Amino acid sequence: MTEQIVHARGLTRDFVVRSGGWRRTKRVVHAVVDLDLDIAAGEAVGYIGANGAGKSTTIKMLTGILSPSAGTVATCGLHPQKSRRELAREIGVVFGQRSQLWWDLPLQESYRVLASIHRLGSSHRERLDELVDALDLAEFLDTPVRQLSLGQRIRGEIAAALLHSPRLLILDEPTIGLDVLSKERLRAFLVAERAAHGTTLLLTTHDMDDVQRLTERIVVVDHGRVAYTGDLPGLVRRVGADRVIVLDLEEPTPSLSDVAGTRLIGTEPDGLRQRLALLPGASAAAVLAEVAGRAPLRDLTIEEPDVEDVVRRLYATQQAAH
Amino acid sequence: MSVATLAVLTQTGWRRWSTYRSAALAGAVTNTVFGLIKAAITMGAVGAAGGQLAGYGPIEGATYAWLAQALIGPVNVFWSNDLVERIRTGDIAVDLSRPVDPQLAYLSADLGRAAFTFLPRGAPPLLVGALVTGLALPANLLPYLLGIVSIVLAVIISFACRWLVSLAAFWIIEMRGASTLYLMASNILCGLIVPVHWFPDWMATLAAATPFPSMLQTPIDVIMGRDTGLAALWLIGVQVAWALGVLLAGQLLWRLGTRKLVVQGG
Repeated sequence: MTEQIVHARGLTRDFVVRSGGWRRTKRVVHAVVDLDLDIAAGEAVGYIGANGAGKSTTIKMLTGILSPSAGTVATCGLHPQKSRRELAREIGVVFGQRSQLWWDLPLQESYRVLASIHRLGSSHRERLDELVDALDLAEFLDTPVRQLSLGQRIRGEIAAALLHSPRLLILDEPTIGLDVLSKERLRAFLVAERAAHGTTLLLTTHDMDDVQRLTERIVVVDHGRVAYTGDLPGLVRRVGADRVIVLDLEEPTPSLSDVAGTRLIGTEPDGLRQRLALLPGASAAAVLAEVAGRAPLRDLTIEEPDVEDVVRRLYATQQAAH
Repeated sequence: MSVATLAVLTQTGWRRWSTYRSAALAGAVTNTVFGLIKAAITMGAVGAAGGQLAGYGPIEGATYAWLAQALIGPVNVFWSNDLVERIRTGDIAVDLSRPVDPQLAYLSADLGRAAFTFLPRGAPPLLVGALVTGLALPANLLPYLLGIVSIVLAVIISFACRWLVSLAAFWIIEMRGASTLYLMASNILCGLIVPVHWFPDWMATLAAATPFPSMLQTPIDVIMGRDTGLAALWLIGVQVAWALGVLLAGQLLWRLGTRKLVVQGG
């Protein structure tokens, strides 16, 4: 059996929210409810949900920053709160909106301090060189952190989280605010880093490209409860989101409303472009063959379902079930 | 946590503060100008009392004023909001995900800050004081050696007190009341406005029940050689007791605080 990096059972966290002036009212918010979560060594898991779904709260319980109201959790085989400092040597965390770097000092000073904090000795030089190289940090190692651009800073943060070669890397919204190119470079780095070191990854994000590129399995939370766990295509099937074939035709064509295995979604003027939803189980090849028999094709694209939309649909089905 | 790590953190504190040269220069000017005013007032008070007041002659009074000005920067008898802000914004999560004790880590950094701050904010008032009024300082080495120990302890006590009060931010969101109260109490009771020896009895008793005299009056007394030998060691012993006691209280309160911690802002 592979080693469990995260093993949570019945994990629950309530917050008491007080409001009002003299006549205080108390309201209990259930941030995480009865969560079971297993992550095996080497896995890459996307942890997805809307704002306030309980993602960050879960991460804080896994890392020992917050105590659970109920339930148990072991991270890297340790009790996160009791062994918080020991655990900190095993995990690397990037909170997308917080910095773990020393704001006033040149970036490389932060690595010197972190190496000392993690007692890495002189061996950290090699690791740092590797990270500087892979994340392209060399040109701003001597720049004070407060002067770095967001993209540079996030790369710096990720190097800081990985300097001590943690077994588990937790990224809380790492690509938030980055431009497309920076996101893409960061993803390529993370894929390579995991391939080289087998680091377990837990990622929370709103960016569905992150999920598609970086994770093998996703856990969707809704109002603190697990709404889905499995792979992305499975989620897509579950909520019945369809792949869409977009057909560009050579000449105006009547609506293709009766092609077997599809449902016509729309046509653009004169029927030059038609969009067909592929019904579950239908073969794209068969559909194309049938279409080609009726009208000459100029081009076609297949649109995968937008995952944010899929999650929204999942929430909707959950609500219908409650 | 190893001594080497603490040393690196101390060095980091020094470097952080040495980054801001113009702020350091402004601090030097402020401390020196206020030193001139305070030295004049203190000498005036001693003169009005007939040339001697609780062991202070005019030059001793001026020396007290200059030393106080030199130490307020390094010791930081004022307030700092750093930890409060980290708790309020939730950045404390970052401190909690490190394999070090946050109190010791921040204390180390604060010692580095204090060491650097002494250069721009400690030395200039003393130099100007020596030129303008003259300083009544002992001729033998021992008071200075004990003085250094006493200053380091004062820095530790000041840090420990600010840390302890800042932890209230775990329970209350709005800290302005607490910080204002702290600022008033520390500034008066540490002997910054007038020496603790000039306090009326009831106020001296009150001050002695707090760690504040140990932050400023004690190192000044030790350096000036007002207390020597066993008396000086006793004062340093009191400082050690306050340092350990308040640090320990900070450790306990931290544990309570993090147990109920709500990291704000996701």
